[in-house]
Amino acid sequence: MCLGVPGFVVEVDGNIALVDFFGAYRHVRLELVDQPVSAGDYILNHVGYAIRRIPEADIEGTLAMYRQLLREADDDLMAADVRAELKATAERHDA
Amino acid sequence: MPVAALNRHVAMKHGAGGRSMRRLIEEVFMRGAGSDAAAMDDGAAIRLSGGWLIVSTDSHVIHPLVFPGGDIGRLAVAGTVNDLAMMGATEPLGLTCGVILEEGFPIDELVRLQASMVAACEEAGTTIVAGDTKVMRRAEVDGIIINTAGIGMTHRVIRDSGLVPGDVLIVSGTLGDHGMAVMAARHKLEFRDELRSDVAPLNGLIRLALAAGGPWIHAMKDPTRGGLASVLHEMADRSKVGIVVDEPSVPVRPQVRAAAELLGIDPLFIANEGKAVIAVAPTAADAVLAAVRSHPYGRDAVIVARCVAEAPGTVVVDTGFGRRFLSEPDGELLPRIC
Amino acid sequence: MPDAALRELKFRDRGRGEGLSAALARTVAEIGRAPVSVMHVCGSHEQAIARFGLRSGFPRDLHVIMGPGCPVCITDQPEVDEAVALARQGIRIATYGDMLRVPGTSASLADAQAEGARVDVVYGIDQAIATARTSPDPLVFFATGFETTAVTTAAAALAGLPPNLFILSAHKYIPPVMEIVCEMPGSRIEGFIAAGHAATITGWGIFEAFVARHGVPVVIAGFEPLDILAALVRLTELIRDGRRTVENMFPRCVTREGNLVAQRQLWQVFAPAGGRWRGIAHVPNGNLRLRDAWAHLDARRQFAIDLARLWDEAPSALSAQCVCGEIMSGLKTPSDCPLFGAECVPDTPVGACMVSTEGTCRIWREYGEQTCLSQR
Repeated sequence: MCLGVPGFVVEVDGNIALVDFFGAYRHVRLELVDQPVSAGDYILNHVGYAIRRIPEADIEGTLAMYRQLLREADDDLMAADVRAELKATAERHDA
Repeated sequence: MPVAALNRHVAMKHGAGGRSMRRLIEEVFMRGAGSDAAAMDDGAAIRLSGGWLIVSTDSHVIHPLVFPGGDIGRLAVAGTVNDLAMMGATEPLGLTCGVILEEGFPIDELVRLQASMVAACEEAGTTIVAGDTKVMRRAEVDGIIINTAGIGMTHRVIRDSGLVPGDVLIVSGTLGDHGMAVMAARHKLEFRDELRSDVAPLNGLIRLALAAGGPWIHAMKDPTRGGLASVLHEMADRSKVGIVVDEPSVPVRPQVRAAAELLGIDPLFIANEGKAVIAVAPTAADAVLAAVRSHPYGRDAVIVARCVAEAPGTVVVDTGFGRRFLSEPDGELLPRIC
Repeated sequence: MPDAALRELKFRDRGRGEGLSAALARTVAEIGRAPVSVMHVCGSHEQAIARFGLRSGFPRDLHVIMGPGCPVCITDQPEVDEAVALARQGIRIATYGDMLRVPGTSASLADAQAEGARVDVVYGIDQAIATARTSPDPLVFFATGFETTAVTTAAAALAGLPPNLFILSAHKYIPPVMEIVCEMPGSRIEGFIAAGHAATITGWGIFEAFVARHGVPVVIAGFEPLDILAALVRLTELIRDGRRTVENMFPRCVTREGNLVAQRQLWQVFAPAGGRWRGIAHVPNGNLRLRDAWAHLDARRQFAIDLARLWDEAPSALSAQCVCGEIMSGLKTPSDCPLFGAECVPDTPVGACMVSTEGTCRIWREYGEQTCLSQR
C-alpha cells in the first residue's frame, strides 16, 4: 500500500539520510532498510523511512523487463501474421 | 440544497477556494445580494458613462507572513490588482487597505510589510488611497489580516463565461510555485533550489495580452486558491464547454513537481499568485502567446488546454497514458496518508 | 542526482506505454473470454491507474477491480470512534490526512476538530514525535495503514517514543484479506496484482501458498504507469496460459524473502489479531495490535475511551444503504450504489470509500471511469 517514492542519497549521518527526491530534499530514517546505505545509493522512501535500497543495476533491469515483454508481444504479433498468411493461402487453395 | 443541510459550523474547507467555499457563498452570502455579486466573477462590473467600473476586494490571512519570493503585503496588493486586471481593468485607479493587527505585533515588521506594499503598488502603477486600522487583543486574531479593495475602468469587461469550442487556454508560466513555497515554508521542507512564490502584479502582462488579442480573448482568470483546476472548472461551467488539458504541456518546475509528488498533491490544484489563464480564439493564440512571453512574468507561457463542444461543464486531463476527469478541488490540500 | 538516472526511475515513457497497452489488448483478446476480471488490493495502485487515466486505455473486456486495498476505507467505524472519542475527551490526536474525514458511527475527526478538539495532520510518525515534544500534553497517534506503514510505527516504537506519545493502532495486514476475497461466493477473480510496496517488506514468497490453494496467478507490481501496464500484460499472459504462479514484476524493490530487518521489527512490536474490516466480514489475522510488552504506549490500555456518547448519536439513515463493503470486495462497482454521486459525494461522504483519496468511490467520482470526449 502507499506511494513509496524513490530518491537519491546525498549524505548519511548515523541513522538519518539526506535524500534528494528530484530536487526536493527530505531527511529519511534508515532503521528499516536491510542493507547498508551510503551517499550515491537510491532508496525507496515511505513516510519518512527508507524501506529498500534500490540496486542501480535493477533500474536497467526494469527497462530490460519492459523490453522483453514488448519483444515477446511483437514476436506473437509476427507469429499471428504468419498464421494469418498461411490460413489465407490455404483458403485460396481451397477456393 | 437548503442551508440546514450544510455543516452546522464553518470549517477550514469553506475558505479553501473550492467547491465548499462556493456553496457557502451561494447559500449564505448570495441571499439578498445584487445581481453583480451573483455573477461571482473576480470583481464586479458597474456601468458608468464612458465604460465599466470594476471593483474587487480580497482579504489576506496567509501564514507565514513572509515567505521566499514575497510577503503578505505584496500578496495583498498583487491579489487585488490581478483581480481587476483579469476583468480588463489593467490601470487601477487606487486601492484601499484595511488592516487588523494583533496586540503585540512588532512595529518594524509592520514597517517592512508596508514598504513591500508600496513597492508592489509602484510596480503596478497605483497607490493606496484610503485605509483603516484596527487592533485586537493578543490571541483574538492571528498576527495580521489585510484587506484590500481596488477600482479600475475598462471599456470591455472580460468575464470567465465567454469561452467557445475551439478556444485554447494559455497559462502565463509555471504552476504551483506560490502554494508549494508557502507549504514548504510551513512544513520546513528543503530543496536543492529554493522554492519561491511567484506573487506579482500582472496588470502590465495582461495589458500586452489584450493589446495583442483584443476581442479574441474570451476569458481570463488568475489561478489562486484551488489552482488551475479551480479556474478551468469555473470556466467550463460558466461557459458551458468541455475542456481538455494536455498534462505533459503543463509547466511545473521540477522541484515543485517533486514536492507535490512527495506530499501526494496534484500541481493543478496548487495556488498561484503571479499567473494568468487566458482563453483565446485560435486565430489570435500565437499573437497573444508571443505578447505574454515578451513580458518578464510570462517567459514560460504555453498553451495547455483547449475547449471542446462535448461534455460541457467537464474538464478532462489527457495524461499521455489515457484520459481522466479533473476533479473540482475542495478543502485544504492535505498530505496524503501512506 | 544524475539526471538520466533520474528520468529512468520515473518509468513514464509514453512510447513504451503505448506498446504495452497494445500488448495487453492482444493478450486479453487471446484469452477469448469476456470479461476477464483481475483484482488489485492497493489504494496506491488505484490512484496511479486513475491519475494516469490508464483505464481509458484498457481493453473493454478486461476488468481491473479494486479490492479492499484502501487502508483508510477499511478502518472500521468503531476504530474511528475510538479516535473521535479520545479527541472529544480532550486528548490531542495526530492522524494521517486522509483519516481526518472518515466517518465513524456518527462523526469524523474533522467534525471533532470543527467542534474544538485538537487534531493534527501528520505525514508520518516522525512528525507525530516532533509534535509530541512541543507540549507535555498527551498525544495519541492514530496509526492507520497496512504493513508498509506499520513497519514505520514499529521502528519508531523500537527507537523510543517520547513518554507523552501513545499509539492507537488500526494497522492492517493485507494477505489474509486476499483469501477472504477468493472465498467469497460470486467472486470471479482470475488473478491478482499484489501491492509492490507491501511486498517490499513481506517478500513475494508469502503468495506461493495462496496461489497453490486458490489456483490463481499473482503478479507483484510497482506503481509507475509502465510498471502497472507491464504487470497486467504478464498477469493476463499467465491467465491465458493457465499458469498458477507468483511472478515478480517489481524486482528493483521486491525479493522472495522481502526485508527481514523490517519484518523482525514489525513482529516484535505488533501481533496479528482478528477483526472486522469496514464493510467486510471478520478477517482472521487482518489487524495488527500492539504486543503486551508495549502496553505502556498503547492508547487503548492507557486511556479509558468513552464510546457510549458516540453511540447515543444515531448513524445516518443513509449509511444503511452504503455498499462500500461489497465495492471493496470487488462484488459491486460505485455505479451500483444508489447513493453514489447523489447523496454520497466527496463533500458529503456517506461511506469511507468516498472519503479517502484511495477509495474506489472517491477515485471514480474524481477521475471518471471512461471519458466520452473526442479522442485526439
